[in-house]
Amino acid sequence: MTLPAWVPTLVDAVYFIAAVLFIWGLKRMSSPRTARNGIVWAGAGMAAAIIATFFLPGMHNLGWMLGAIIVGVVVSWVVGRRVAMTAMPQMVALFNGMGGGAAAAIGAVELIKFNVAALAAGQAATAAALLPGADVLAPTLTPVELTLAFVGVLIGAVSFTGSLIAFAKLQGWMDRRFVFPLQRWVNLALFVATLVCGAMALAAAVHGQAFAWNWLVAFFVLALVVGVAMTLPIGGADMPVVISMYNAFTGLAVAFEGFVLQNEAMIIAGMVVGAAGTLLTQLMAKAMNRSLANVLFGNFGAGGGADQAQAIAGAMKPIDASDAAVMMAYAERVAIVPGYGMAVAQAQHKVWEFAKLLLERGVKVKFAIHPVAGRMPGHMNVLLAEAGVPYDLIADMDDINPEFPNTDVALVIGANDVVNPVARTDKGSPIYGMPILDVSKARNVIVIKRGRGTGFAGIENALFYADNTRMLYGDGQAAAGQLVTELKSLDT
Amino acid sequence: MIDGFLALYIFMLAAFTGYEIIARVPVILHTPLMSGSNFVHGIVLVGAMVALGHAVGPVEIAIGVVAVLLAAGNVAGGYVVTERMLEMFKSSKAPAGEKKP
Repeated sequence: MTLPAWVPTLVDAVYFIAAVLFIWGLKRMSSPRTARNGIVWAGAGMAAAIIATFFLPGMHNLGWMLGAIIVGVVVSWVVGRRVAMTAMPQMVALFNGMGGGAAAAIGAVELIKFNVAALAAGQAATAAALLPGADVLAPTLTPVELTLAFVGVLIGAVSFTGSLIAFAKLQGWMDRRFVFPLQRWVNLALFVATLVCGAMALAAAVHGQAFAWNWLVAFFVLALVVGVAMTLPIGGADMPVVISMYNAFTGLAVAFEGFVLQNEAMIIAGMVVGAAGTLLTQLMAKAMNRSLANVLFGNFGAGGGADQAQAIAGAMKPIDASDAAVMMAYAERVAIVPGYGMAVAQAQHKVWEFAKLLLERGVKVKFAIHPVAGRMPGHMNVLLAEAGVPYDLIADMDDINPEFPNTDVALVIGANDVVNPVARTDKGSPIYGMPILDVSKARNVIVIKRGRGTGFAGIENALFYADNTRMLYGDGQAAAGQLVTELKSLDT
Repeated sequence: MIDGFLALYIFMLAAFTGYEIIARVPVILHTPLMSGSNFVHGIVLVGAMVALGHAVGPVEIAIGVVAVLLAAGNVAGGYVVTERMLEMFKSSKAPAGEKKP
């Protein structure tokens, strides 16, 4: 294929525009009004960059390439379209893992290529003859490039298997936690072994010498194992933070492999995601009042109920749907506090129908969202948006908390740990210090709950035993449906 | 060719850009934004194509194909999921507001 000499320059220009569009798109995604076309801008940049890449000089295996792209795109597109909104977090984990795996695979190809060249008598001329297209990629990599290639493989591989485990856990294919004695030390040993294998290969490579294939293979396999080992002991409640971290990891791996390939678009996009993902991870960890180290290495909930410092006095007091409906129908202000339980029960549509009926009666209804409600920050907003709840009825924790003392009824649906006042009062509790929605300060609280069990963190909830709390037992969707029926019957 | 300090500057400026973009985002957009950034690192597909494009021999080609396959999945899945999430954000002009007389 002979292409005009200006084509590579044009490709570079397209990469530049793509980088601008990515940043512009992400910027627009950071405001609700412009968010929608943000992804379209970024998508346009991506499409242009991908098409331009076909016109790089010296590209081979185009058939394989096109085939793999079509298969990958079609499968992901269909899966992404079909999956339920509640399953979005694990989808993000899955697609993120694929990106990490791709970055690691790129690193592997480049390192293999390097070693083949280095093995070939160590002469650049000989190596170049063996490698068509060596005019584009330097036949030998500089020490910095080699180091980043190894680091990129490590991070990408960890992100790959770690994200897959996170996906399996959120999908419910796997027990929530997997712990054994001395786990931390075993993980540390694995990590050190990975570094040693990488360093052995790298030590030879930086001197332009070939390394033994075993070191590279061992490095690759161990890096994949580290990702699994790191993620196994982490509980499901912490998965969003972990997914966000792996998202940042993949970004970094992409940036490093971009450096190896001398591809500016990859460096910039990868680094932007790496930094943004790191900040997002911190924000999420902060919303749970825990450090990232605590998420990764802490044993949250490992002791079960054993470290329950205070016994909770009182009993749960039930209420039936008609009383609950009447209570809210004649209230002035109602705050609805949805949790993941509501999403699992697919109750958001019924809840919104109920809220609309209340609004028609002149009741001031707001949805109060805890930063980690659902499985990721903002996940609950997405689920409510899916049901048609306009986003200006949705209040953040900081905005709604001062309003609870003036709220007549707080309706808690499928939320548990995020409304547990123990987080404020009981220093012995594992969730002590976590910011919560001050639901217990509302005049009346109605909790829709399937049974008497504890929440994700496995901690008793003092709110359920409070004097102003009534329990409406039942499946979230059924209970919300009953409330709707009762409310409608009030008017007839 | 990018090397040494020039690369370091690019790393640094891109990192600040990413940090600044996210810094003032409302919580409601955290999940879509995570998904959006997940899509953006799908640019790894370009790298995977370059790697496969210069791959020689069955081992390199096989790994390269895996890279392209995974990266293409990242791009398409990331886009669809983000788009579906953002599709749902609309303001409350039409619904619900009207009260009964």
